[in-house]
Amino acid sequence: MEIDFMDSQIKGVSTGTTILAVTFNGGVIIGSDSRASIGGYYVSSKTINKLIQVHDRIFCCIAGSLADAQAVTKAAKFQISFHSIQMESPPLVKAAASVLKELCYNNKEELQAGFITAGWDRKKGPQVYTVALGGMLLSQPFTIGGSGSTYIYGYADAKYKPDMSREECLQFATNALALAMGRDNVSGGVAHLVVITEEGVEHVVIPGDKLPKFHDE
Amino acid sequence: MSSIGTGYDLSASTFSPDGRVFQVEYAMKAVENSSTAIGIRCKDGVVFGVEKLILSKLYEQGSNKRIFNVDRHVGMAVAGLLADARSLSEVAREEASNFRSNYGHNIPLKYLSERVAMYVHAYTLYSAVRPFGCSFILGSYDQDDGPQLYMVDPSGISFGYWGCAIGKAKQAAKTEIEKLQMKDMTCRELVKEVAKIIYIVHDEVKDKAFELELSWVGEVTNGKHELVPKDIRVEAEKYAKVSLNFKTDSTTDQGGFPMPCKQG
Repeated sequence: MEIDFMDSQIKGVSTGTTILAVTFNGGVIIGSDSRASIGGYYVSSKTINKLIQVHDRIFCCIAGSLADAQAVTKAAKFQISFHSIQMESPPLVKAAASVLKELCYNNKEELQAGFITAGWDRKKGPQVYTVALGGMLLSQPFTIGGSGSTYIYGYADAKYKPDMSREECLQFATNALALAMGRDNVSGGVAHLVVITEEGVEHVVIPGDKLPKFHDE
Repeated sequence: MSSIGTGYDLSASTFSPDGRVFQVEYAMKAVENSSTAIGIRCKDGVVFGVEKLILSKLYEQGSNKRIFNVDRHVGMAVAGLLADARSLSEVAREEASNFRSNYGHNIPLKYLSERVAMYVHAYTLYSAVRPFGCSFILGSYDQDDGPQLYMVDPSGISFGYWGCAIGKAKQAAKTEIEKLQMKDMTCRELVKEVAKIIYIVHDEVKDKAFELELSWVGEVTNGKHELVPKDIRVEAEKYAKVSLNFKTDSTTDQGGFPMPCKQG
């Protein structure tokens, strides 16, 4: 009874997880569930934060081993902050994603963490980047990740539209998270969403009982 | 020659009583002995021009380059001790390459020039090494930030410019550059003006023959730094010669004494 290979060999606390990031017209929404589990049997935290802010307009969501992910994002946050000060301008989302990628690729033997980086910069506007386990970097209009993502590929592929409005995108992301959390046993808790635009960053938290219901008996 | 250091000029780690570091000033003199290089920024790109003195008729044409590619989008024109300049171009290339490796995009020119300037500056701090005897001009073009031009000198400072000149005729070249309205010109127009300036400042009496090295980076090259194509260069040189009523048939002097050459 296996969830997905990414979690099976993880020792200690893992984030069997659902994470996603979606661009819309003028910004990007990054979202995750809030459950951390050990071995897929015990929920070690019901309210963990998987959305890490690495810079003013750049967020990262983490999947895999929580310890590894926290270590990597801590190092990345420092490097990106330093880089931004040297450049005397906010960092590009691509630069932030590249920093994460370098950390993941160069330490691929020891690490077991994947990330989704999303944010807004002056040059290219809203962007989403996936940094996979071994250090692959890919730019996409939207992406889903974590163990719970396998249950919503169909939904995401069918329902995503480019250039959505903020409300449409928020609805899409909320629905996707709700569906994944409803089927994946290691995803759950509350839905954390962050809306990033040129103007600023807005957190939306939806408790489990307020999530949209889909034929729940 | 001008001032003598009298004892305070033996190493770069010594200040003189009036607050000067003579070794750095002597390094700048080395640049002034070299032939002129200019860089001008216009509204859609940057153009470099270098006066390459031909010290021997046996030189292969187009070799002994004084304009380097630091990255796809960055060019570097040098004056001074060529060996020092070549080693610094490698430093600049490494910086640009490491930046791309870490951050996934083109290095911004301001940052690159600051990094290389910091490196040059480090060599002005110790008695165990000598300062670099070269100045160089860096130019780039980016879709979003537009054209950029920076100059670094042996003291390790870098400034941004709309137009700058280094080498023996830099004063005369600067005067000519100041006459231009570069902010309103395109690269194609500017290439001809750059060629003309080099021809103007070239000293016929002292230096005899020279080869003009022209390069550009801008919208016209899609952001790629490259040597100006032969046909455009020939046209620019013709414009320059006509503007000066230059003698088009070159009378080659049969002298050609090989000079001890370290500078270009």
